[in-house]
Amino acid sequence: MDVKVKILRYNPEVVDEAEWKTYSVTLQPTDRVLDALHKIKWEQDGTLTFRRSCGHGVCGSDAMRINGRNRLACKTLIKDLNPEKEITVEPIKGLPVLKDLVVDMEPFFDAYRSVMPFLVTSGHEPTRERIQSQADRDRFDDTTKCILCAACTTSCPVFWSDGQYFGPQAIVGAHRFIFDSRDEGTEQRLEILNDKEGVWRCRTTFNCTEACPRGIEVTKAIQEVKRALIFRRV
Amino acid sequence: MQRHQYDVVIVGAGGAGMRAALESSKRTRTAVLTKLYPTRSHTGAAQGGMCAALANVEEDNWEWHTFDTVKGGDFLVDQDAAEVMCREAVDAVLDLEKMGLPFNRTAEGKIDQRFFGGHTRNHGEAVVRRSCFAADRTGHMILQTLYQQCIKQNVEFFNEFYVLDLLMVGGRATGVVAYELATGELHIFSAKSIVFASGGFGKVFRTTSNAHTLTGDGMGIVWRKGLPLEDMEFFQFHPTGLAGLGVLLSEAARGEGGILRNKDNERFMERYAPTVKDLAPRDMVARAMANEVREGRGCGPDGAYVMLDLTHLEPAHIDAKLPDITEFARTYLGVEPYTEQIPVFPTAHYAMGGIPTNIKGEALANNQDVIPGLYAAGEVACVSVHGANRLGTNSLLDINVFGRRAGIAAAEYAETASFEELPDQPETFVVDLIEGMRNATGDERVAAIRSDLQATMDLNAQVYRTEGSLKQALTDIEALKLRFANVAVQDKGKRFNTDLLEAVELGFLIDLAEVLVVSALARKESRGGHFREDYDKRDDVNFMRHTMAYRSIDAEGNVNIRLDYKPVVQTRYKPMERKY
Repeated sequence: MDVKVKILRYNPEVVDEAEWKTYSVTLQPTDRVLDALHKIKWEQDGTLTFRRSCGHGVCGSDAMRINGRNRLACKTLIKDLNPEKEITVEPIKGLPVLKDLVVDMEPFFDAYRSVMPFLVTSGHEPTRERIQSQADRDRFDDTTKCILCAACTTSCPVFWSDGQYFGPQAIVGAHRFIFDSRDEGTEQRLEILNDKEGVWRCRTTFNCTEACPRGIEVTKAIQEVKRALIFRRV
Repeated sequence: MQRHQYDVVIVGAGGAGMRAALESSKRTRTAVLTKLYPTRSHTGAAQGGMCAALANVEEDNWEWHTFDTVKGGDFLVDQDAAEVMCREAVDAVLDLEKMGLPFNRTAEGKIDQRFFGGHTRNHGEAVVRRSCFAADRTGHMILQTLYQQCIKQNVEFFNEFYVLDLLMVGGRATGVVAYELATGELHIFSAKSIVFASGGFGKVFRTTSNAHTLTGDGMGIVWRKGLPLEDMEFFQFHPTGLAGLGVLLSEAARGEGGILRNKDNERFMERYAPTVKDLAPRDMVARAMANEVREGRGCGPDGAYVMLDLTHLEPAHIDAKLPDITEFARTYLGVEPYTEQIPVFPTAHYAMGGIPTNIKGEALANNQDVIPGLYAAGEVACVSVHGANRLGTNSLLDINVFGRRAGIAAAEYAETASFEELPDQPETFVVDLIEGMRNATGDERVAAIRSDLQATMDLNAQVYRTEGSLKQALTDIEALKLRFANVAVQDKGKRFNTDLLEAVELGFLIDLAEVLVVSALARKESRGGHFREDYDKRDDVNFMRHTMAYRSIDAEGNVNIRLDYKPVVQTRYKPMERKY
């Protein structure tokens, strides 16, 4: 079938303003939006620029705003988008656009790195593995799925309007360790999140949960971190 | 152009690169260069697990693991290297747990283990639970955990820096030249030690589980330096790719009880591997599947695939152990694995060959001499622990064991060596490559050439090969080289020029496809992942040896591929017939 794909193009080497450009592509209903972008790049316009790698939703490279919603291009099938109408594709919001669908990911990764996203332990290392029950392991399973694609953070209205807010992903990244029974860095991590630009900025709009291509209950994770801060226990 | 100086430069930030960085950055100034972001690396796509004889759920020991690795590799494995890998596997898993990796747990709270193809107790008696796992996203958790440790340790990354050349002075590796994607600027890195950990080249095939970015850059760079590539004819086709797409469905699906069926609903693996059935090594399962299809027992309208059956498993069990891959089936094929069988067919998955190294991770210039300052680890390297066919889970093990070893060796060398003066204008080669490509005015397009390359490789150099099919592939590749000389990119800009990037990547793919095919033509036997219909038996008399391919230039200036061979290291296991 013939599908119209409208893409927000921007290349500061050529023009100052972003502009919409529409392409007509022949696609199968089971093709992904990434296939559409590839067909355009490979057959029509080699200058179209986007990131991608694995192509099946595990590397997190190709988060973009498709029909107004943050999704992974490689995980969004054409048939699920009402291809009778034009499909719109634009970069994720709230991060500086470098070119077309490519944004500067550094502020996003900075936020992640700032929450101590690593296991903190003290004392001598055990000879064998640390013992952890499967129930304790399951406690933080949901937030281990995160692929750092930024779909959640760049769907958050607080993040759009306030460049200082960590954003949902960083809280997810902290949650994964706060609720890990092996970790001893909870106090420090909670203090970071207690910052005025931390978890309290969340307004519970659930955009992040809807946007997550991995199905993580992001808003719930944020609420759990807030509760841990109030009661100072996990 | 910018210049940098580091003791150790690591090229690639997947599992092997980051594991190396964790070692080398403790004691030397280390930079990690990656053409992606670290967490985008393809280690993250690995699913099923990482084997180690922890014996947490049943009796096991590393010697059994070594035997399985050697037999799984159809005896082309260097046995000293396999011993190192399987012995150090236990600590490699425990190290990851201590770094925080969230393994699934047993009832006692230890690391849980499950079955995997080709992993057996007591030299083939029965399958054994050896694979340590985190649901079906073990690779994802390894990649995340290593990145988290790199954050903790303040490892210095240069993200989206595409390394395009290796600098050598007097036979010693002295630096690399990188192209910064965001700006188009060139960067010269002077280093005492350079570790290549840049992954495989699955994109020479059309049907592949590999990422779009796996274009063999590291192998291609050393190849163009006249350095050897080992065992390039051995490519693994993973049995269970989603039919038509190639997206990987972990062998863990069969480890957890999944069964392969043909159109008569027959569990056909019982005929091919009576003892371990669906858990035979990948090369045997992939061939069995292709054979079922060829003999008319395939499923679907064209009989082009077979079915993976999980419908007898409890949905709760599927959700707990195989959540991601069942979601792939739902998302991409609209199949519900609780109640429906999943269409699957072999998909190009893993390069057993690569840059030859010794067990310290030092790269080799020939059969014995190391290249001072050059190291390689992971899929880009050939130690060789995988021989002619890699066992499932042994790649995640390989990157951890040999990534660590390469990082240590690189740091040790850097601690005593001094910086070498770089050649004058070290960027010349890359400038010519990039600007030549950017300014080319030909009428060929990258995508068309790449598509034709992948088509001939899928048709002629896949699960089944013959002299005729390989010669056809070689003829096609020759024609594609001529077309590639006439390629042009549309994007002439500096900023984030992925059009240019894809053209450079295609150059590497064409080079490596040719090495693969030439090596495969010369190997007139069938062993592991390399199956020749015209020589369908293993031939230990003539071919119990590694292929060493070199790029050579003759007196007239023509580029040729010269093949040499290297003995296999055998310690305790004598070659035997491979039955399962």
